[in-house]
Amino acid sequence: MQDDGQPHSKAELDARFSELYREHLRDVYSYSYYRVGNHHDAEDLTEQTFLQAYRHFERALRESRGRPLRPWLIRIAHNLAANFYRDRSRRPESAIEDAGMISAPHTTESLVEGREELKTVLAGVQRLPDDRREALIMRFALGMDNREIARALGRTDGATKVLLHRAIRQLEGIVLNGSENGTEMS
Amino acid sequence: MSSGAAELEALLREALAPVEPPAELVPRLERMLVSLRELAQEELEGWELSAMRDPRNWVRPAAAAALGLGAGTALAVLRFRTRHRERAALSANLLELAQRTVKDLAEEARRLLPSS
Repeated sequence: MQDDGQPHSKAELDARFSELYREHLRDVYSYSYYRVGNHHDAEDLTEQTFLQAYRHFERALRESRGRPLRPWLIRIAHNLAANFYRDRSRRPESAIEDAGMISAPHTTESLVEGREELKTVLAGVQRLPDDRREALIMRFALGMDNREIARALGRTDGATKVLLHRAIRQLEGIVLNGSENGTEMS
Repeated sequence: MSSGAAELEALLREALAPVEPPAELVPRLERMLVSLRELAQEELEGWELSAMRDPRNWVRPAAAAALGLGAGTALAVLRFRTRHRERAALSANLLELAQRTVKDLAEEARRLLPSS
């Protein structure tokens, strides 16, 4: 590796890609899973994302100027997920196939209650408009900050902050009242 | 932030917990990446071979070889190279260009070799 931080051989480029892959496999998989709602399609989407990323990795490295590549990777998954629905003319059939399995462990009594609450929240997330749902997945499943989400969605930091705020307000409305309009004043 | 929103955010963190990829996905992806690398290598090697089958790529090595053959040969190569554009313009396809190139090479060789 030389001073500009760019790989100067195919072997170096491949090594950098392997690092990226190991570091972000869980992020890409989590994002894919919450987008498509089942493991089978999430695996396909993850594979396609890394395939696409490999093809354009050299350019992405050059253009990133040292910035993290996670938003770029998630943007690829985001675009592929959009194509996935368009091509197959389908939406997630249920909120999440095993929502109960991904909750944190609780005592026996609170387990049921907790799962129900979490199921309601997940079902609410699935009822949100696409951009709001994706922003919430990026924030809460992947722990991305506003700047990263903005880069992944191709928006400004300010617009992303507003998007997240509105998503939470709308979800609050759905969870509390079953209303799609949420608690937004607008 | 209202306490309701804060509570909802805490629930969201739990509900949208990161999902571990299935164990079989890791070797599957690694196999895919290895195949891609091998494919890229094969493509590169294949390109180098096919590039040398294209007469347009003969000029540089031919010129390099010719430089060692003396002034007469160098002049012949120069003539040959200057006519490359003309040959390309006159040729409708690669095969025709190859035929014209071979014909020109033969002509230059005839000029260089002493007549019997």
